[in-house]
This record gives sequence, C-alpha cells and structure tokens, in this order.
Amino acid sequence: MSQSTSAASVHNSDQALKRLKARKSAESRFRFFGIGAIFAAVLMLGWLLNSIVGTGYTAFYQHYMTIDVELTESIVDPDGVRDPDELRKANFRKIMQEAIYARFPEVTDRKEKIALFKVISASGATDQARQMVYQNPSLVGETLTLSVPTSDDVDQLLKGYIDRNAPEARRKVTDQQIAWVDALKATGEIKSKFNWTFFTATDSRDPELAGIAGAVVGSLMALFVAFVVSVPVGVGAAVYLEEFAPQNRFTDFVEININNLAAVPSIVFGLLGLAVFLNFFGMPRSAPLVGGLVLALMTLPTIIIATRSALRAVSPSIVDGALSLGASHTQAVFHHKVPLAAPGILTGSIIGIAQALGETAPLLMIGMVAFVTEIPSTLTEPASALPVQIFLWSDSAERAWAERTSAAIIVLLTVLITMNAVAIFLRNKLERRW
Amino acid sequence: MNIKSATAILFGAALAFGCGEDKAEIKAPVATAEAADEIRIVGSSTVYPFSTKVAQEFKNKTGHSVVVESTGSGGGHKLFCEGAGGDTPDVTNSSRRQKKSEFEKCVANGADEVVEVKIGFDGIVLANAIDGAAVDLTLKQVFQAFAKQVPMSDDDCTLRDNPYAKWSDIDASLPDATIEAYGPPPTSGTRDAFVEIAMEGGAKKFACLAALKDEDSGKFKKVSHTLREDGKWIDAGENDNAIVQTLTNTPTAIGVFGYSFLDQNADMVKGALIGAVEPTFENIAGGAYPISRSLFFYLKAGNVDVTDGLKDYALEFTSEEAWGPGGYLEEIGLVPLPDEERAKYRKAVETLTGYSQ
Repeated sequence: MSQSTSAASVHNSDQALKRLKARKSAESRFRFFGIGAIFAAVLMLGWLLNSIVGTGYTAFYQHYMTIDVELTESIVDPDGVRDPDELRKANFRKIMQEAIYARFPEVTDRKEKIALFKVISASGATDQARQMVYQNPSLVGETLTLSVPTSDDVDQLLKGYIDRNAPEARRKVTDQQIAWVDALKATGEIKSKFNWTFFTATDSRDPELAGIAGAVVGSLMALFVAFVVSVPVGVGAAVYLEEFAPQNRFTDFVEININNLAAVPSIVFGLLGLAVFLNFFGMPRSAPLVGGLVLALMTLPTIIIATRSALRAVSPSIVDGALSLGASHTQAVFHHKVPLAAPGILTGSIIGIAQALGETAPLLMIGMVAFVTEIPSTLTEPASALPVQIFLWSDSAERAWAERTSAAIIVLLTVLITMNAVAIFLRNKLERRW
Repeated sequence: MNIKSATAILFGAALAFGCGEDKAEIKAPVATAEAADEIRIVGSSTVYPFSTKVAQEFKNKTGHSVVVESTGSGGGHKLFCEGAGGDTPDVTNSSRRQKKSEFEKCVANGADEVVEVKIGFDGIVLANAIDGAAVDLTLKQVFQAFAKQVPMSDDDCTLRDNPYAKWSDIDASLPDATIEAYGPPPTSGTRDAFVEIAMEGGAKKFACLAALKDEDSGKFKKVSHTLREDGKWIDAGENDNAIVQTLTNTPTAIGVFGYSFLDQNADMVKGALIGAVEPTFENIAGGAYPISRSLFFYLKAGNVDVTDGLKDYALEFTSEEAWGPGGYLEEIGLVPLPDEERAKYRKAVETLTGYSQ
C-alpha cells in the first residue's frame, strides 16, 4: 500500500508532471512541424502543377480557319509541266494570299492586305497547300477547301491571352484584325480543334506548327540506349563488388569513386561524351546513340548504389540456407539473392533512367540542343530531346511559346510519373514477403 | 515463379537488348563516313530563330534535312573551324564578325574558302515596364550608370568606383529612381555587343577616356567593358523572357535584350530612347538608333560538294522572299540590310567567293 502511494506520488509530483508536460508538448511540437513540412511541400507542388497546367492546357487545342484555295495554274505551274520538284518550290504564299483576299474582297489597301494575311499562319497554310500539290500534282487548277492553322497571334487572341481592351498600339493584333477574326468566328469559319500537330510534328520556328514528336522520339531512343547500356553494366558491377570482389584497397578505391561519381554535375558527363564518343570514336554529333551513352554513364553510379543496397537488404539466412543445401556461391547469388533484390534493383534503375530523361546539360556538349527538321528513324540520325525542346522554346520571343513550353512540361511530367508508377508496380508485384 | 520472372526481366531482356546495342555501336562510325545527308549549322543563339525559319522553309521546299544547333557565336566558330569536309559544320551563325584568330584557325584546318554573309541588323534595347516612367538616356549616361569605374567629370580622369545610386545622381533631369538593370551574362553575344557598342560608345564621350583609347586601348577596353558589381547591374541569364517578366514586376528596373523581344512584348515593356531615338524597326534599319549590330553567317565553300543542298540553303536565306523587306525573316524581327549590301552578299553566295581578313 505504502509502496503504491509512494510510486503514485513520484509520478504525480509537480516535477514529474512538469516533465510529462514537456514531453507531451515536445511531441505535439514535432507533429506540428511534420504536418507543416508536408503542407509546405504539397503547397509548393500544387503551385507548380497549377501554374504549369494552368498555362499549358490551352496548347492542346488550336484555332483553324476553313478556307477555299484556288490552285491557280499560272502561279503554281506557269510552264505546265507538273514536275513535283518544281511544284514544291512554287509560290504558294501568293496562292494563300489570293485565297484570303478572295474571302474579303472589300479589302484593297496594301497595308490592310498585309494585316489580313496575318490572320492565318503564313508558313502553315503555305506548306499545307505545297505538300498536297507535291503529293498529287493533278490538283493544280482545282479549288480545294483547306483547314489551315490561324497565326499564333490570332490563336492567342481567341484563347484570351491578348487583352482586347488594351490600346491598339500595345497589342499584337489590330482592331481591324479582331473584327475580321470575330466575323470568321461567328460564321464558323474559324474553329477550335484538338491540336494534333503538337503531338505529330517536329520542332518548328512557328509556334502554331511546332510539335514534340521529334523530341519525344529522340528522348525515347536515347533512353533506350541508356537503359540497355547502364542496367546490365550497373547491375553486373554491383553484384561483383558486393558478392565476389575481394575486400582490399583497390575495391575500396573503386567504391569511393562510384559514390563520388553520383555527385558529379551532369555537364561533366557531356564533356566526357564529347571527348570520348565524338572526338575519339568519331560518332556522329546530335545522335541519340551518343546521347544515350552519355546518359548511361550518368545513371551508372545511381544504379550501382541502388543495386548494392538492394542486395544488402536480402536476408543472409536465404543465402545461408542455399549454401547449406549444397548450392555454390554463384548459384546462391544468382538463384536467390539477385531475384530477391530485383524489386529494389528495378526501382533504382527506373528512377535513375527517369532522372536521365530530364537532363539537358550533358546533351548540350554533344550537339543535341538543336533544331531538327525531321523525326529521327535510326539511332545515328540527328535528334533533339524533350527537355532540350522545353529549354529552346522557353527562350523564344513569341508569346505563344509560353503555353507550348508548359504543355511540353506536362508531357514530360506525365512520362516521368508513368515511369515511376511502373517502378512501383513492378516492385509490388515482384516483392516477396515472409 | 516470381523469382524466375524477376531474373528473366532483369537479365534476359537486358542481355537481348545488349546484343542489339553492340550492332548499333559498330554501325555508328560507318554511318558518319558516308556523305553528310543533312546540312549542319551551328552558332549564335541570336541568329538561331532566323536560321531555323529558313531551315524550315527550305525543308518544305526541297525536302532536305537541316540541323541547327544553338551553341553561341564563339562556340560556333570553334566547331566550324575545326576542319573541312562532311563531318564538320557546313555553316556557322554569328552575332558578330568572325575574329581574325578564328579565320586563321579555319584556314589552318583546311577550310580556306569561307563565304561571309551579312544577313541583317539587330537592335539592343534598354526597356522598362510599360507603366514605368519614360526613359531617355544618352550613351554617356548609360556608361555612367553601368560601368564599374567612372571618371567624375570630363577633365578629371581619375577613375572611381561608380558612386551613382539613383538615375537622378547622374543627371537631375533623369528620374529619381534607383539604378537597377537586368541584362545578359558575359557568355552572351548580346552582352558582347552591348559593351562594345553602348558602353564603349558612352566611354568615348569622356574626352579623357577617348584619349586613353588612343594611348592604351587595352586599358580603355577594361574600363569600358567592366560592368558594375555592386548589385545595380544583374546578370539575368540567357533567357530574355525571364527579363521581360522581371521588368513587369519591378517597374523601376531596366532590362537589356534584343529588339525582337521588345517587338513581341510591346504590351508589357517599352524601349528607352537612346540619344532621343526610339528603338523602332525603322530607326534600327536606317542606322539612327545607336545600339545595333550586324548578324552574319559563314559558309564553307568547300562543303558545297559534299553536303547536298548546302548552296540552295544559302540561296534560300539570301532570297528576297526571306531576307528582303517584307520577307518572312522581317516578320520575325530581322532588320533587313540596305539594297546594295543585300546584292553584294547575294552575289558572294551565288559565286561562292571566299572572304579574307
């Protein structure tokens, strides 16, 4: 009895209560900070996503104008020979100018005509007519109904990025152009459509014609090369270092260097790639093959470190069990340890590769920061990459690039999230619990 | 089951890909050894938008593939002059004239017939937010505002660390606002042109510095090219869009960038008058606006035989439809050359005449 009272008094003494209170408030303080940290992180992420999606989503649709185009023979093919190569060089600009002047016959003033032509995308419309005639020379002389992109300024106006109430001198479109556009919109000649161009075209100097297809293919090719080079080499190196290598000064030295390499700025790998792959081996500039090799070098340390820690996390009793049943060391490692570490290895590899997807700096040195007019079809053809495309677009003057830059970022983020989701899926599927 | 499938995914797939990879690597050098099947262009980021526009039009008209890299003028000349033949760039863009040293390197490495083509002008503007005060500066005031060391008067040539904190400290007629400028970093061609034209031009307005230029041009360069480092001049990175954004948020700040960004953002920023001349298209073309520079591209005449379509690309660039008044390059902000100069450089392209320094 007396013991319990004394114990109670020890726990209920003023000092004890004070200590208890201090412990409790320390705990609630920590919880508060934790929640605050999560809240701050979510807020920043939300802000980032919101600003990117908010500016970017409008790039997924675009305004097109339906227009009757007469392919006048005297302009397109004055000699009447229908040679596709000559037809391709013909003055289609004039054809498109005549087409839009014909829609607004009341416009006669030269300056007004120039302004009128700026309603449609000069290169977009011209090239559409050009390629149709090049593919099918028999179209010369006929009248076609085409759906051509409007110019970037008109598109921006209709998307509400240009303030109609601003003084005329301060905006890119004149009052008269606004009147034409509104008239065309009212009759349904200007319509908004899903922007397929953005997904099927290569880079272009004109925002309304620019797409990410070339950059996406370039990025995928480079990632493919990076994956097939860095994963086998990285996993192999890690397995050897972890399981077979003798513990001596040399392996310690190698290990320290691998850890250091993981922290080297990525531009350094670009310089290495320039010196080794381009200058020494004479590989072509701007090729996804070289880009992939450089990115592989960059992800190698990440993969080695992830693989080693995954191998270390496998319970030693598994290997002991295998050995005690008569398996050789190699069998124990490859039949039991590596498969059990596979989820961790895969996660590390995919995250390493996903990191490589976002890199621009190493690609600068090997010439992938470039404007490429064609979608690459082999690993040695010149290509750009998605982050490079974002970088180049963000530095362009026209206002319409802002939404396209954000849209390209949305695509990049989607790819990254998909890759991480695959990593998580594989980890959960392959993970073995007991 | 799981264990086996995991092994299969990791090693089976990776090894299978690995084999394919080896073949690709063996193929690579062979592919380069064949003639170049695309036109390779490197160089200035200022000329890049014009060069890509021509590349795009040229591709549409002929189907030839063109690759334009944005490496900066210096980087472009370095790559360009590394040698001759299909493995080297066919064209380099430049926002300044080729230096003598670069030309000599070209000649030494076998690219001895280089065609120089001046393509037009580009203005460098000082701009502030559209709602900010109107700014009218002389080159001398620009120098006084941004140089690290300035003489205190025309006669007294002792250089002192720049004491001016406000514009009104330089001249009472200027606004009573803190000097704050966002401009391109030293790696940029726009910065080179800004210090060479605006800062040197302003420095020469001091009689004593003009005298220094004749005596010791190296020292003069150092004085006029060194911008202040006390936070009044801020290197804002290569991205001119970022500078425009900053200006709208900071109405008293001045930004330094190329004319095309002013042209595209006329609803957000306005150009400062330099010597009472407004940075407009006409004033840059006519030469009245003092801070403007010439843009160039250089072409290896020897590569015309190895690179299909190279000469046609140059002809497209120098066609009236492209670089002439009203051409598609003017639409995106290139200020065309006068008629005689266009005729001169067009002829150089037609005859593939090399230049010399």
